[in-house]
Amino acid sequence: MTQNQIKYSLIKTSRQLWRVLPILLGTILLVSLVNVLVPKEFFLRLFSGSSILDPILGALIGSILAGNPITSYILGGEFLKQGISLIAVTSFIVAWVTVGIIQLPAESMLLGKKFAVIRNVVSFVLSIIIAVVLYLIMFV
Amino acid sequence: MASEKSPTGWYYFFVVVLAYLLLFFLNPEKFFLVWNFFIGIIVKIIPVFILVFILMFLSDYFIHPKKLVKHLRGNKIKTWALVIVGGVLSSGPIYMWYPLLADLKRKGLKPSFIAAFLYNRAIKLPLLPLMIFYFGVKYVALLSFLMIIFSILDGVLVEKILEVFEK
Repeated sequence: MTQNQIKYSLIKTSRQLWRVLPILLGTILLVSLVNVLVPKEFFLRLFSGSSILDPILGALIGSILAGNPITSYILGGEFLKQGISLIAVTSFIVAWVTVGIIQLPAESMLLGKKFAVIRNVVSFVLSIIIAVVLYLIMFV
Repeated sequence: MASEKSPTGWYYFFVVVLAYLLLFFLNPEKFFLVWNFFIGIIVKIIPVFILVFILMFLSDYFIHPKKLVKHLRGNKIKTWALVIVGGVLSSGPIYMWYPLLADLKRKGLKPSFIAAFLYNRAIKLPLLPLMIFYFGVKYVALLSFLMIIFSILDGVLVEKILEVFEK
């Protein structure tokens, strides 16, 4: 590595990160806002016990909420205890980490709008399919 | 893709800041709860931010677009394996990885690989014991296996649909 090349790469990387800083900060601010202002118990009341609607709802809730996956495991565990189906809980856990509605603006700005929208829609559908496949492997 | 030089990112940031200002005036108690949550995330992601900076620096220094494209055309199985392992091993919030992925995209990394990388972030090795505690070994092993398989499907589907839209 020559000194000049290192200096050039350091400056270039710093500039790239500086340009995306408002997007990252905006996303973290938004994630904090949703996490604190939307009570988790609210979502529990939405499940109806329907074997068709609950998995879709699980994936929807997982797509809206964001944060550390640990929270999704704890919430998923609570959902199971409350009698929510395993398919709905699995789609919730998978969508939590693979789909991000709150992060969508940041993903669109940095990776492209079409890519971000298509990736999130595909991941949403797959979160339900994975949940069904997992259930079939485990119990059928 | 919005240019990183465009002010769109700053508009987005200011809109969110405006929401915070509104919350501060309407409900100061909630504002400080949200603010403390925000500071908590910032403290946690500092190491990830440093890691992303180092990786972006190394990528800028060592990976040249022509070489990357040539390499990716050469061995697809190796590339799939790399993005899957990379996704599993990457830590921190998903959005911290967007800048690095955007950089690799500019250098020629295909959307299918970016999508698969993001999908595999669902498998978090350090969190597996906790997941096992809640859902059992069989469930976690099967889900992790399915996630890896579906990450490839996710990548392929995203790229195919993108191709259709871009025609």
